[in-house]
Amino acid sequence: MAAYIVRRLWQIVPTMLGVILLIFFLFNVVGGDPAYLLAGKISNPETIANIRKQLGIDEPYYVQLWIFIKQVVTFDFGQSWSTNEYVSSIFATRLPASLMIGIPLLIVEAIIAILIALGVAYVRGSLTDRAVMVSCTVAQSVSILVYIIVFQYVLAYKFGWFPVQGWGNGFFENLFKYASLPILIALVVSLAPNIRLYRTFLLDEINQDYVRTARAKGLTENRVMLVHVLRNAAIPIITNLMIQLPGLLVGLFLIERFFSIPGIGREVILSVERSDFPVIKAITVYVALATMLANLAADLLYKAVDPRVELK
Amino acid sequence: MTTAVNTASIGIERSPGLWSLAWKRLLRDKIAIVSMVIVIAFLLLALASAVGLVAGGWNNEIAKNYAPPTWFKGSTTEEDLSKSNKSAAAGPSLDTGLSRPEFVNDRDPLRDTITELKQQLGQSTSGGADEIKIVDPLADVIAELKKKLGRTGDGDANEVEAEKLSSLAFGADKWGRSVFDKVVQGSETSITVGFAAALVATLIGAFLGALAGYYGGKTDDFLNWFYSIFNSIPYILLVLAIAAVLNKKGILTVVLILGLTGWASIFRVVRAEYMKHKARDYVRAANAIGASHARRMFVHIFPNISHVILVQLSLYVVIFIKSEVILSYLGFGVGVDTVSWGSMLNEAQNELILGYWWQLGAATLFMAILVTAFSLFTDSLRDALDPKLK
Repeated sequence: MAAYIVRRLWQIVPTMLGVILLIFFLFNVVGGDPAYLLAGKISNPETIANIRKQLGIDEPYYVQLWIFIKQVVTFDFGQSWSTNEYVSSIFATRLPASLMIGIPLLIVEAIIAILIALGVAYVRGSLTDRAVMVSCTVAQSVSILVYIIVFQYVLAYKFGWFPVQGWGNGFFENLFKYASLPILIALVVSLAPNIRLYRTFLLDEINQDYVRTARAKGLTENRVMLVHVLRNAAIPIITNLMIQLPGLLVGLFLIERFFSIPGIGREVILSVERSDFPVIKAITVYVALATMLANLAADLLYKAVDPRVELK
Repeated sequence: MTTAVNTASIGIERSPGLWSLAWKRLLRDKIAIVSMVIVIAFLLLALASAVGLVAGGWNNEIAKNYAPPTWFKGSTTEEDLSKSNKSAAAGPSLDTGLSRPEFVNDRDPLRDTITELKQQLGQSTSGGADEIKIVDPLADVIAELKKKLGRTGDGDANEVEAEKLSSLAFGADKWGRSVFDKVVQGSETSITVGFAAALVATLIGAFLGALAGYYGGKTDDFLNWFYSIFNSIPYILLVLAIAAVLNKKGILTVVLILGLTGWASIFRVVRAEYMKHKARDYVRAANAIGASHARRMFVHIFPNISHVILVQLSLYVVIFIKSEVILSYLGFGVGVDTVSWGSMLNEAQNELILGYWWQLGAATLFMAILVTAFSLFTDSLRDALDPKLK
């Protein structure tokens, strides 16, 4: 087990190197000279030369790449170009808000989606099943933007059930006051695709022989569905949940933007708008790392769920 | 060839191929037919809009500001109408604060100054058109508007003002442009971006997938490494990062961003198919008769997996249409001279608070209909091409 984890961690290195190369290529080679962006509209050659020296971009590419790698390893990306805030401090202060929305969302969403999927998979082919599937398709076709605009307008602005936007300081104040509408919207958006997905996972299991055996020996339907079928469909469901995990950091960027929630996703959009390269570079590299670690965690969870799985 | 002739001559029916079987299955599926009709209707609409038959004049201010939809007119109060009349009668729309930025820029004194400076420098003004575009991204729009105004006469503001309609089929936006025309133009943009980006992503992904799956070994290792890089960065983050780097707007940019980032999922599928097929007898037979690697890959194997690629392509169109809307909403998408459902939603967001919901409604409705129809069509297509998957 330990050897497996070490080997998998070791395998992350080349991919991570690739991510670094890709980001370096995008921002340092394709992205062009940021000195002109930074110097502003009125700039003289000396200012630009000065900025170039400060950023280290007057160095050859291999030196720049080495600087970038050092930045990634030491978690020190310097300061944001537009706000002069340290990138590490941006991470530290924006992460809690993203997690405050993301984690409750993931838990509630998983429970509801699995329960509905179990229900429709059980009555597969019926009118209920088809109605749920069609509504999921339609619900998926409406842009997330529309959900946010309409929900924010109706529930917060018109009815005043939730604050229109904002973020506080207290944990419970944020969770119950400011985070509830964003979570609700994200829930509505993410339920439709996940119900469809989990339904297919469950349908793959529901026709297996062991299900018939379980029924034949007189188990209740609840036990058949919740223990036997669900346990066997757990692997693809866990994969899906783990894949969603790193995406939560940036995936809710639209919601964070609309509700002025100081999270990582909103920071991404802000820095794209401001051409704030250090912030985007740092977020991209670390979210990629988080994705790879989440994949590793998913594989370890398989083993816990299904002892037949061999970790190679 | 000879066998086909022989079987035909002795009256044995040729067994139907994959495509004709799939087509038959597709036609038996009612949902497939309905969704196909809707998708084709959208394609025709986009084509008509592209050649200028429909909605060519989306940029004309044909109605009063925020004119309501015709069928909704009854419920708007007289007060509302008189208010909009008043603002329309207040004089040239330039002074009302509701004027469009394009017209403000039309009178931009800088433009003349630039032209003058150019002339002084001895450059021909016509040659400097591109440079003007760099300074003023709206230069093209202005030129076009000027041409239009020149064609319709002197563009007498009062005359135009008098002709403005108080209601339209789908209502009007902030500047009195027809929401229907805009939503049709938005369909054209979405369909163009969706299909073009899907094509780019499919070409890249399928080609690399074919190489990786067919050759295996070192090639496979390298391409898999390349794939894992793209796969480890969340899609939307990569899209936004590239948007930040390119820092340019326009349909081509959006197509490139989406196409270059989205190829990873088809790579995986095509690679698996090639790995499965390369050891099959027909490929070995092709090898035996001396077919080259390229011929085996693209003439022999490709037709046998093309149905998988078609389904993936169809899936891409849906994903990219949705992504384009988000990019354009955020202002990283198409430019100001193009309408997108995303930019419409951006405008509609503020209009909603004022009670003008029709632009939001129209953009949402059109997008939902197209995406639903296309998703259902993709599902049916997959079922028809690969009945085992069902």
